[in-house]
Amino acid sequence: MQGELAAQTEWDYAPAPESREIVSIAPEYGLFIDGEFVPAADGRQFATLNPATEEPLAQVADAGEADVDRAVAAARTAYERVWGPMPGAERAKYLYRIARLLQERSREFAVLESLDNGKPIKESRDVDIPLAAAHFFYHAGWADKLEHAGFGPSPRPLGVAGQVIPWNFPLLMAAWKLAPALAAGNTCVLKPAETTPLTALLLAEVCQQAGLPPGVLNVTTGAGSAGAALVSHPGVDKIAFTGSTEVGKEIQRAVAGTGKRLTLELGGKAANIVFDDAPVEGAVEGIVNGIFFNQGHVCCAGSRLLVQESVADAVLGRLRDRLGTLRLGDPLDKNTDIGAINSRQQLDKIRELSDAGEAEGAERWSPPCQLPDRGYWFPPTLFTGVSQSHRIAQEEIFGPVLSVLTFRTPDEAVAKANNTPYGLSAGVWTEKGSRILWMAQRLRAGVVWANTYNRFDPTSPFGGYRESGFGREGGRHGLAAYLNA
Amino acid sequence: MPEKKPSARGQHRLDVRKTYKLYIGGAFPRSESGRSYPVTGADGDLLGYAAQASRKDARDAVTAARAALRGWSGATAYNRGQVLYRVAEMMEGRFAQFADVSVQGGDRDGLVAAAIDRWVWYAGWPDKVAQVAGAANPVAGPYFNFSVPEPTGVVAVVAPADSGLLGLVSVVAPVIATGNTAVVIASEQRPLTAITLAEVLATSDLPGGVVNVLTGRTAELAPVLAGHMDVNAIDLTGVLPAGRPDLERLAAENVKRVFAADEDWTAAPGTRRLLAFLETKTVWHPIGV
Repeated sequence: MQGELAAQTEWDYAPAPESREIVSIAPEYGLFIDGEFVPAADGRQFATLNPATEEPLAQVADAGEADVDRAVAAARTAYERVWGPMPGAERAKYLYRIARLLQERSREFAVLESLDNGKPIKESRDVDIPLAAAHFFYHAGWADKLEHAGFGPSPRPLGVAGQVIPWNFPLLMAAWKLAPALAAGNTCVLKPAETTPLTALLLAEVCQQAGLPPGVLNVTTGAGSAGAALVSHPGVDKIAFTGSTEVGKEIQRAVAGTGKRLTLELGGKAANIVFDDAPVEGAVEGIVNGIFFNQGHVCCAGSRLLVQESVADAVLGRLRDRLGTLRLGDPLDKNTDIGAINSRQQLDKIRELSDAGEAEGAERWSPPCQLPDRGYWFPPTLFTGVSQSHRIAQEEIFGPVLSVLTFRTPDEAVAKANNTPYGLSAGVWTEKGSRILWMAQRLRAGVVWANTYNRFDPTSPFGGYRESGFGREGGRHGLAAYLNA
Repeated sequence: MPEKKPSARGQHRLDVRKTYKLYIGGAFPRSESGRSYPVTGADGDLLGYAAQASRKDARDAVTAARAALRGWSGATAYNRGQVLYRVAEMMEGRFAQFADVSVQGGDRDGLVAAAIDRWVWYAGWPDKVAQVAGAANPVAGPYFNFSVPEPTGVVAVVAPADSGLLGLVSVVAPVIATGNTAVVIASEQRPLTAITLAEVLATSDLPGGVVNVLTGRTAELAPVLAGHMDVNAIDLTGVLPAGRPDLERLAAENVKRVFAADEDWTAAPGTRRLLAFLETKTVWHPIGV
């Protein structure tokens, strides 16, 4: 019966690519310092690739210490002379302008994001770019209302913020960092991820178009060394970092004793917990969205499925069927569900951990899935027979790999869900309202999605417990990270 | 040591001196190391011997604090408020004793009342902090979305060295008012006040393990707690600024929340310490029929 059904539904899709003509990529990009695009002091560059084809997209300036120094100096001057003294109502209008320009140029941003990152166009188009604009729009309105935000009668900005962001949501993470910082009256030096610098540089152009005063935003593209130079720069008052827990710990050590304010948004190993009364179809969609959204390159990904034993077979059967319908391939194709892995390095890591899963005795399964010949690709993958001590149940894979564990009682689900050093997010699927709230109380996680997963909003505080970091981004809580109350 | 006091019959009698011990898990053990150290008053007189806690004692205190966390953080906010208020009642009953021991330890006269009043102030916070620090978030979609503050977990507190009772109360009360449990390193020079407070805690309704008090060498104990993987946060207020960076680096090993603020303890405290050891949890649920 299943085979018959499958045979009937094997319809081919015609290619439906989004045009890449809308975006013109320059052969070279400079750093954005003090309102201008400039080459690195030592002239060094690096190539950014399209991970779906491995073709270079552009050469990008590689910031060294001297460049970071100039960027911090520009940010300091702008803070002291322009942005700090500026009335909040005026800062707000700049941020509203940026939000509007992002909306107007959204398709251009979406295509560029998918080219540089490898994520499907439907995600960059429907999630990353609209949310980035929404973050600027939301925070714009705070700029002239900070005295009403609950941080005392006259909260003050911190000064110069150094912000180091990851490659999984390049523009969106830039927006999460910049919008609250600028609204609160700080100036910024942003260090985008090495593999995804282009949308941050396009955002810098948007800021120019918005008339943002020089030095308020500076973008220092480069490798980890550029980030380290920014973190250790004595002229920076605040560090905000999103990335791995390992690097987060290094940063926490590096700022020890400096008095710099710090917020960290680090890794996760979230449990997505399915109870036996959950509607299976909805839960399966939530599981798929939880781990295969953005190729699993999501710190809050639901990378551990905890399914109640009594329904495990039924849920896994439907889940396998559903994975068989996921379309992997050209990120610019509007029908693509799973795009390219962002880099060779990340692909190697996913392979290594998946191999470890097999070696430790878990059972690996992927649907039949043709991988393109060029580029970095990994099929949607399911591991069953996973025990809590397996590396694939403990370590963040950051790829389209789901580890499946089972439980019998709610207490066991909570114990297993909390049994990692992380605490970023969790999912709960059940029809029973009281059980949702009972679970939500006990899960040690900063975000709990009940009967949904991977929802984000500028008004909704996001951030982790334990080794997933500290501080919140979004909402009134997110402002606290950029204010001296 | 304190002089003889008159007996009920007006004759002089030999006073009964107190052995000051640690406070761990609701009990008063000596240091497992068998060590103690002399404590002298502001005038140089010997006031007594305090237990000199070891690394093992510090680890035991963390275990006790972890064990107490589930019950304390899971108690209703109303209940926690009542328990804390009961502590203030017990403190009031020992007003004279606190005055004696804290002034002998070097505290300025007259701060006991301020310390008790501060405890009462914090006793009112447990059932209010969620309304100050929580939120209903108007997300752009059919979802009910709210944020609630939750305790960070086990918090290590290095109590201020230069203040006996008021400083101690000012750093301990906010930590437990918000549902955390605490391992407190008492002021090395003024530990007797901390043990006196522990005796109050033990005879109030505060469950054992919610507050654990270590006396001894801060330089020996603070690194153990800063590097402990089952401690979630650390308050370094009682460590001199020069000593903090090393401890902050140790704290990074499990991404501890690190707090330190040098304060005038007689000033109004504000909510900073109350909010320092809270996590924000945000819950989403779809709205539909």
